[in-house]
Amino acid sequence: MKHRLAPQQYLILLTVMVTASFGDALLSHGMSQMGPVDLHHPAILLRALANLNIVVGIFLLIGFFASYMTALSWADLTFVMPATAFGNVMVALIGRFWLHEHLSLSRWLGILLLTCAVGFVANGPSRTEHGDEVELTRVDPGIAL
Amino acid sequence: MTHSASPMLTWIAIGLVAALAIAGEVLIAGAMQKLGDLDIIRERSGMAGAIRAVLSSPLFLTGAFCMALNFFAMLYTLSLVDFTLAMPGIASFTYVGNAVAAKIFLRENVDKRRWLAVGFVCVGVYLISK
Repeated sequence: MKHRLAPQQYLILLTVMVTASFGDALLSHGMSQMGPVDLHHPAILLRALANLNIVVGIFLLIGFFASYMTALSWADLTFVMPATAFGNVMVALIGRFWLHEHLSLSRWLGILLLTCAVGFVANGPSRTEHGDEVELTRVDPGIAL
Repeated sequence: MTHSASPMLTWIAIGLVAALAIAGEVLIAGAMQKLGDLDIIRERSGMAGAIRAVLSSPLFLTGAFCMALNFFAMLYTLSLVDFTLAMPGIASFTYVGNAVAAKIFLRENVDKRRWLAVGFVCVGVYLISK
């Protein structure tokens, strides 16, 4: 089982970061344009599918889901998780350097913490080695859930 | 836009979204762990074979169902709660819950380094969303 990632696998993690953050941001923007949704009329949610921001957000999240599943097939969930969080850093940096928004001290501190978190995990093994994995598969084709 | 949902409804909605995300992600991670490297499956059986392998996993289907519920619950929550509260709240609960669930159900080795990363992510997401 591999513990260090190939460049192509880092590319998959990059896709996870980009698609998750931009997808969520577009969904949020689209839903704020829609206004409050009444629980008694959930069909109103279907109207959201006519909003361009929501549609593009959904496509990005489909891309996120595909790359996320690929990553989970060769890495632990707790290894992949910080990669999704690092997407927030990308959004903040795009806001600062592309949209010229002001980044407060607390946001810079948040960026530093998320970068450290990714650094901690990326330096460790990507996958837990289960000694009894083969035996488990033979005995129970389900999973240890 | 500023929303005015009651604090109780706000946290119930955030908690529900996080719980569905944790269930979905752990189930999907379990399914992927069981299937093995998707790149290898794709090399052997092509893209159709990889998609077939994923879609024939009951764990994956249950996890995907939870994620679909999570998606609609998130849309509902974002219509009630401010983005700057909902997203860091959901993210923090989900990161901590995922780490605990991965250790218990997936038997992942969540060592000090990964716990520290989970803590940093929670605080970092909160600070960025402020």
